[in-house]
Amino acid sequence: MQALTTRVKEVERKKLSFMEKLYLPAIFKGMFITFMHIFKKKPTINYPEKKRPFSPVFRGLHILNRDEEGRENCTACGLCAVACPAEAITMEAAERQIGEENLYREEKYAAKYEINMLRCIFCGLCEEACPKDAIYLSETFAPADYQRKQFVYSKEELLIPHPIEQPEAYKKALGNRSKKETANQ
Amino acid sequence: MRRNDAAIKINAGNKKIKMHLVLLNIDLALLIEKLVLIIIVVMASLGIAMYTTFAERKVAAILQDRRGPNRAGPFGLLQPLADGLKLFFKEEIIPNFSSKFLFILGPSLAMLTAIMTSAVIPWGNNVHFFGRDISLQIADVDVGILYVFGVVSLGVYGIMIGSWASNNKFSLMGGMRAASQIISYELAMGISLIALIMVTGNLSLKAMVVQQQAGAWNVFYQPLGFLIFLICAFAECNRTPFDLPEAENELIGGYHTEYSSMKLGFYLFSEYINMFVSSVIMSTLFFGGYDVLPFVDESKWGISENWMALIGVGALMAKVVFFLFVFMWVRWTIPRFRYDQLMRLGWKILIPLALANMLATGAIVLLKQNHWHF
Repeated sequence: MQALTTRVKEVERKKLSFMEKLYLPAIFKGMFITFMHIFKKKPTINYPEKKRPFSPVFRGLHILNRDEEGRENCTACGLCAVACPAEAITMEAAERQIGEENLYREEKYAAKYEINMLRCIFCGLCEEACPKDAIYLSETFAPADYQRKQFVYSKEELLIPHPIEQPEAYKKALGNRSKKETANQ
Repeated sequence: MRRNDAAIKINAGNKKIKMHLVLLNIDLALLIEKLVLIIIVVMASLGIAMYTTFAERKVAAILQDRRGPNRAGPFGLLQPLADGLKLFFKEEIIPNFSSKFLFILGPSLAMLTAIMTSAVIPWGNNVHFFGRDISLQIADVDVGILYVFGVVSLGVYGIMIGSWASNNKFSLMGGMRAASQIISYELAMGISLIALIMVTGNLSLKAMVVQQQAGAWNVFYQPLGFLIFLICAFAECNRTPFDLPEAENELIGGYHTEYSSMKLGFYLFSEYINMFVSSVIMSTLFFGGYDVLPFVDESKWGISENWMALIGVGALMAKVVFFLFVFMWVRWTIPRFRYDQLMRLGWKILIPLALANMLATGAIVLLKQNHWHF
């Protein structure tokens, strides 16, 4: 028969030898291979019980920072919102009243600060834009939820725990960021 | 005179009836003993089948470097319970155009025949309790192995009826495949067994085990016969590489495409019970049943008879577990046959091999009877 194209390639079909025709040696070989897999290390990690460590440059959920006395760093300057390429950040500024000096570090603060975690692309540009070291990305990621509105994180969810009132939680939320900063300096 | 005659006749009749009762040896204790044994065996085979599904998933996972089910209970041991519960709670669907009676009969028959086989299997030596000699076998039938064959070949009716009643072409194709496959492989299986029966000289499973306890295991006499039997057992259980009746990627679900809820569960379950039973039969026929070690006389160990029987049951179970593992091991190693390959293997390779094996065995047995003279 004439070939329809010029790219026909003749495949060599040699007959099976007697041992190959028996199939059993090949089957036993295959079974030996699968059997040896019993002793192989399993790459799976039992997730909720055991978590893989994140890289130190991991960018997860945002945290609004406080200083050592527990005052909020954020001054609602809006630079993070401007820097945000996904337009995930909205905020409203307010003026600090007398008697609130222990709450806010400077005269202006964010009365409302929201990040839409569905819009956020976790690029970390807000962290870079912030002149007050008020926002940074932690090493946890956004958990699943049932409703879209649950993903709009308000200030209460974003703020880091108070360093004096809840030192344990503060340390935990800080993560190995403190180490990172000392390394940078 | 006549009256006397009649009286004598009646007396003789009574005696006869009494004789029969004595011969049958039926009393209440025997009935209870058998009933308890039946309940234990059925429950055990159901339980083992349940955990075989779990073991299958675990073995599959381990052979593929995965972890397998480990969430339900410690090490995932409650997984089969969760699976069973899920099957019970699923919606029961009977297709509009199916024949309802046959549709329900199919899985029931599959389950029934799967469980029935275990009746003639000797699970262990006799035990002594309450001054009675209790046999760990439900029925020591003289034609034991023939009974097993009869029941096993009935099993295909469950699949065929169910698949035909579903009124679905994929189901029907699966059923047809199952029927032709099981018929093809039953031939080779039967012929390989004839060779074995030539060696042992009887059909009773109990007698075969006793024979193997005294001498060597049958696998040493019939290695080829065992290989053929093993391959055919895979085919009879519809296990990979012979799982064409339920080939998911060709036939959706094969014969159980239309089934749901516990009726599907029955089909899947009967497959695992069949696996268990065929493992038991393979260990009984070829690996000495409840014999602990080959070439060793266990009666010299000086262990009391009851304990020895228990050890025997343990030995049988160990062999069964090994064979169940082999079933799974093969499933996760060898891919499925093509249909023509399956038929060629059955008819052109296994049956001639089994025939040759039978002829050679017959010749050797005859020669041996003739003290190695022609």
